[in-house]
Amino acid sequence: MDIKRVDEIIDKYNAEEGALIQILLQLQSENHWLPKEVLARVSERLNVPMSRIQHITTFYKAFSLVPKGRHQVRVCMGTACHVRGAPRVLDRLEDIVGIRPGETDMDLKFSLETVNCLGCCALGPVVEVDGKTYGRVSPSQVDVVINQYE
Amino acid sequence: MKEITLQIDGKEIRARDGMTVLEAASKVGIQIPTLCYHEALEPYGGCRLCTVEVEERGRTNLVASCLYPVAEGLIVRTRTPKVDKLRKTILELLLAHAPDSPILEEYAKEYGAKKDRFEKHPSFCILCGLCVRYCAEVKKANALSFISRGTSREINFIPEISSKVCWDCKECFPLCPTSYLQAAYVLTQGLYSQEPPFEVKGLKGVTAC
Repeated sequence: MDIKRVDEIIDKYNAEEGALIQILLQLQSENHWLPKEVLARVSERLNVPMSRIQHITTFYKAFSLVPKGRHQVRVCMGTACHVRGAPRVLDRLEDIVGIRPGETDMDLKFSLETVNCLGCCALGPVVEVDGKTYGRVSPSQVDVVINQYE
Repeated sequence: MKEITLQIDGKEIRARDGMTVLEAASKVGIQIPTLCYHEALEPYGGCRLCTVEVEERGRTNLVASCLYPVAEGLIVRTRTPKVDKLRKTILELLLAHAPDSPILEEYAKEYGAKKDRFEKHPSFCILCGLCVRYCAEVKKANALSFISRGTSREINFIPEISSKVCWDCKECFPLCPTSYLQAAYVLTQGLYSQEPPFEVKGLKGVTAC
């Protein structure tokens, strides 16, 4: 991530110590993960010790300290989705993307993750890509969903 | 400064406004067991071992005495069956993490806590936060921090900082109730530093793994 862009985001919040989490969230959403250099810059500009940044970024699940793909794929494994065949959808997804849940592929295209409920059980099995929800996904439809993304 | 009168274990005690129950008790020599308390640091309320029973307006409540402010007419009991049972359970849970910690063993003897009540999770760290807080509040070096949360929470030295400041300080080492801190330091050092390995003296509670 460009250090200039990092500075821009920090300046937007006037380099305020209290805006630490907001700044980190924006960095996370633009870059998909938080590299060490970026955190070091934030620590320096905001005058916040690295120890606290480490504490916060490892505490909240919204932050990632390892590279993430451009597209976040979430497969619901909740009870309703599970009985409607979510495990088979997940299997098919793993085959296409070539990664297991919690992993990111080599060209940083997809990150795969399982979640326990997305709140729309009537649509199960549910797959969510970058916040867009796909309902009643059958294993054969997974290809169509995934191929839309570059 | 306003003077306050309260009762601890049946004794009338005068304390300053803004003091905690723990401070008021230790001033008159009433011992309350603690693990995460240190007079130079902000109260933390992490170990809950200093839990006491307070009675205010006829109601009793269990509170952490290191955080609870004194109040006029407060009645505090530091050794009731309820408190003892609570402390025993806390100790047993902590002993699952650090079975050989000298201070835990001492308290365990006093409260009859058994080492093997809970399944062992030998992390050797009881997350009292003394080292983290001492480094941040007293030394202002911020060389170590907590990472992660819940059951996977642990302390972590930041190699870039600790390789510069820890070598000459190590003031947090004697604070640690379990010696885990020293082990974590040695491990970090192995990762980062070119210095000769640090000699570990009197390291109790950590076995080679």
